[in-house]
Amino acid sequence: MIAFRAVMARDLLLAVRAGGGAALALAFFAAVATLVPLGIGPDLKLLARIAAGVLWVAAVLAALLSLDRLFQADFEDGSLDLMMLSPLPLEALAFAKIAAHWLATGLPLTLIAALLAVAYGLPPDATGALVLALLIGTPAVSAVGGIGAALTLSIRRGGLILPFIVLPLVAPVVIFGSGVVVAVLDGLPSGALLFLAAFSLLAVALAPFAAAAAVRLNLGS
Amino acid sequence: MLLGNPRRFLDATGKVLPWLAVATAVLFAVGIVLALGVPPDYQQGDTVRIMFLHVPAAWVAMMAYGLMALAGAVALVGRHPLADIAVKTAAPLGAVFTALGLVTGSLWGRPMWGAFWVWDGRLTSFLLLLFLYLGIVALANAIEDETRAARAAAVLAIVGAVNLPIIHFSVQWWATLHQGASILRQGGPAIAPVFLWPLGIMALAYTLLFATLWIVRIRTAILDRKANVLVATGRA
Repeated sequence: MIAFRAVMARDLLLAVRAGGGAALALAFFAAVATLVPLGIGPDLKLLARIAAGVLWVAAVLAALLSLDRLFQADFEDGSLDLMMLSPLPLEALAFAKIAAHWLATGLPLTLIAALLAVAYGLPPDATGALVLALLIGTPAVSAVGGIGAALTLSIRRGGLILPFIVLPLVAPVVIFGSGVVVAVLDGLPSGALLFLAAFSLLAVALAPFAAAAAVRLNLGS
Repeated sequence: MLLGNPRRFLDATGKVLPWLAVATAVLFAVGIVLALGVPPDYQQGDTVRIMFLHVPAAWVAMMAYGLMALAGAVALVGRHPLADIAVKTAAPLGAVFTALGLVTGSLWGRPMWGAFWVWDGRLTSFLLLLFLYLGIVALANAIEDETRAARAAAVLAIVGAVNLPIIHFSVQWWATLHQGASILRQGGPAIAPVFLWPLGIMALAYTLLFATLWIVRIRTAILDRKANVLVATGRA
């Protein structure tokens, strides 16, 4: 447990400090969300309608931006080899890294999304639904992305392949995540939030095992 | 493991392959003649003939994914070089059949739905299937070490296999326009027997085509590895 917390704290520190990429991911998210109304026009009614979809897609892309270094940096400087020698199971290590990634990107993205949703003219109840959906759904993005990061850790241009293999896998998150908000906008009952939570739980529970398997095969043991 | 040994695999498939290829060609010939011979559908007219190319392609695309994921499980659990090769070689084939299903479906959709592409549940989940296949191909090609490349592809194939039903379900939930299942459903097929025969033969032809191409690709990969070993050890 001490080792688990140490890995998480270390990854968090690395992400938050200069050059870590967590702040960059947030800036990227805000920039994309600003660019979309410039392309579409300032019609608030239309923007409110597409807000959930735009913010979800931007959030997923922003989360992927900092994912490629999740295992790669430690692989390149050799610390991953040392971590494998530690008594901490590789699955727990993967879980700690995924959790740290979510704390450094998913959580702040959710908070900023609340601000951006207001700028998109989303009514308060729909904004609440969006924040709740992001809070529940972004861990799944970090988890599935963690598998992709582990698979591509030895590839020099892994950052290009990673989004390609992760995006189709997180399609359900985007579908249910924005479905939650659209249902609130239309005043319809919907099970999207439950489906989103189920997917997120499944992803967070299984991803550490797949990521650990991917790390093992890449380190050749 | 009768075919586990690559040499035995080469010997056995070398004997079967010509017959398999001939059977594929014959089935395609018969299937296409039958497909051209069916009466035009009362609603779809002659466009219905696209179905005989479209439906089997979609079936084989899904079957190929199942087989690839199965080979992936064998590769990871059994650490078998032949299974490694099977995973890597199945991915591009599956991608091609998926693309074929999408293209033929789009050609059918233009006269029937009035658009080449609609954001319908099945179409979209098939497009995502294509991306999954291409992701596996890209990943396997990006890693230099052959064993690692194959194992990474295997992990991704299995993760995708767990995720595919969820993707399919979520996309269905999101929107649907595609017709429901009409062959395997309660109460028997909803298709006239005249159409069912050519469809069945075409499905068999596509399946054999996939088997033939897969075996050829696996054989080529084995021979390629042998050649590489010979070059590396300076014996050639």
